[in-house]
Amino acid sequence: MYPPAPTGDALPDARQGGGQRVLVSSVSSDSHTWNLVFLQLMLEELGHEVINIGSCVPDDLLIAECRRTSPDMVVISSVNGHGHLDGRRLIARLRAEPDLSALPVVIGGKLGTRGAQNRAHGPELIAAGFDAVFEDTAGVAPFRRYLEDAARPVLESAGPARPALAATGDPR
Amino acid sequence: MKTVPALPAGGPSATVRRRATAPFGAAVAAAAAVGRLVVQPRMGFPDVPGMQAGLQAVHAADATTVGTITLDSYTRVGDHASARKALDDGSDLNGFPIVAHGAGTTRRMIGAVGASADFAIQVRHGSPLPLGIVQALLDAGLDATEGGPVSYCLPYSRTPLARAVDAWADSCELLADQVEGAHLESFGGCMLGQLCPPGLLVALSLLEGIFFRQHGLRSVSLSYAQGTSFGQDVDAIGALRRLAGEFLGDLQWHVVLYTYMGVFPRTPAGALSLLRDSAVLAAVTGTERMIVKTPAEAHRIPTVADNIQALEEAARSAEAAAGLSPGLLGLDAGTARGDNPVYAEARALVDAVLHLDADVGKALLQAFAKGYLDVPYCLHADNAQRSRSGIAPDGTLQWLSVGSMPLPPLNAASGTGAQRLRADDFLDMLSYVQRRYDDAALEELPTDTPRTPLPTSLAKD
Repeated sequence: MYPPAPTGDALPDARQGGGQRVLVSSVSSDSHTWNLVFLQLMLEELGHEVINIGSCVPDDLLIAECRRTSPDMVVISSVNGHGHLDGRRLIARLRAEPDLSALPVVIGGKLGTRGAQNRAHGPELIAAGFDAVFEDTAGVAPFRRYLEDAARPVLESAGPARPALAATGDPR
Repeated sequence: MKTVPALPAGGPSATVRRRATAPFGAAVAAAAAVGRLVVQPRMGFPDVPGMQAGLQAVHAADATTVGTITLDSYTRVGDHASARKALDDGSDLNGFPIVAHGAGTTRRMIGAVGASADFAIQVRHGSPLPLGIVQALLDAGLDATEGGPVSYCLPYSRTPLARAVDAWADSCELLADQVEGAHLESFGGCMLGQLCPPGLLVALSLLEGIFFRQHGLRSVSLSYAQGTSFGQDVDAIGALRRLAGEFLGDLQWHVVLYTYMGVFPRTPAGALSLLRDSAVLAAVTGTERMIVKTPAEAHRIPTVADNIQALEEAARSAEAAAGLSPGLLGLDAGTARGDNPVYAEARALVDAVLHLDADVGKALLQAFAKGYLDVPYCLHADNAQRSRSGIAPDGTLQWLSVGSMPLPPLNAASGTGAQRLRADDFLDMLSYVQRRYDDAALEELPTDTPRTPLPTSLAKD
């Protein structure tokens, strides 16, 4: 009835199969973890290798983990309503590091406390340095599409090999 | 069930402090001796008038109650200056800053509630490093709190487990040394609030209880959170009671049940039905104390009135079910006494951990390092993160992967195909209880018939 679940043993092969190494993290003030577990399962399901560093992640730790694990993409998730504040601060810190300034970093979740109006935080977060913003009210489909685009081989030779897309409709 | 309010002999010679409340452990034992379920809210207000009014309302509720002082987030992390500033500025806090208020203020508030006569109060916090909080509650004349080195470290903090084990050892010894019969509850039965199979919850709660005893406590309680299946919950509480009798029989002990801790029903009728089911579960299993949730839970922080309503609802449901035995509910009496699969699983985990080291704290650290204990979906760096769990078609919580835990390997041959846990299925599991109770509430037409002793959701099982 219950086949063994994936336990992370197969992770080293993910990149060879076209998957990416994705670092999943929350922000410093948010202790929620179910959202992070959901993202891990979804990313693994899509063939990516996931490094999940959990909740209440200080900015310095996130930067250190980015250097230690060399991810292809960083996915920040927050649901406590402070995500727009914590997110702006952490992306400014991260973009100020020369070796991390071009790393694809996206953020999503319940990023403010204003329900449907949280989408207004999208442009300011993009301006602050995120590559894409996925507000919870839009559902998870835009993020899935973003991942599919990110996994597709880049044909154009010009520009950085990272998609510029936001659920908020504000490409960087 | 412990029926003797007096403490067993053999405790350390404590420097007896003057309590400002009734002794917590003895109060629960006295209620249990006359067959009454003690019900308790979660409740914390920043200011003294608010906290005092909340405690008074709980004391006056038409139920056998103990009070709760839930502390605020600043106090939990030891940032008392920020708590003090919030009080001075009149800003809101999410609980009572016991350190910032000072011992004298808290002691006077408790005195005004009239707690010294017959009202016991527990301090609830959530800190992996609780020494300062324990000192503050002792200074204020309080004698009971909750948590544990594992249960307040892994789910909500980035504190290394080894630091939490040291801090909890010191805190236990301070508590035991300062107040004769001081009471400590393990939060181990509530890991992450949902989706943890009961064998591991029972084992963790018991192991923390053994840790408390090793560090001097003589009055403890073991927790268990209502899960996804009434029958499995009966087994789990039976297993917990049997293990407590086997390992902690020389202590004053009781079991505390938490009304479902996961995603809560949104409909008032669904939420009340879930609360009533937890009270019936407590009554049928001989559980001494229960921490309630309210129908407001899915929408906002409950008010005092929400809490009083929930306490009284739970008390009425438990009274109505007092005559029910597991047998009357179609459950096997031997299973309910702990002769069941949850006991076997918990016992295997407990034995494996205790064999690692004579010091329970060291044994717990080794057990997590080896993955002998592995909390599913817990992202703490000291958790092995190789176990996964899910809700089976019969509604019980089961392992999908046991990782390195010393449990029988899962029989993949009995499976319906090698499919992994999908993200969407995971989301469905998180809201399984909410959906089940809301659907039942929405299907039911309102009627004027009196409530039957068996809640509808149980009858449908």
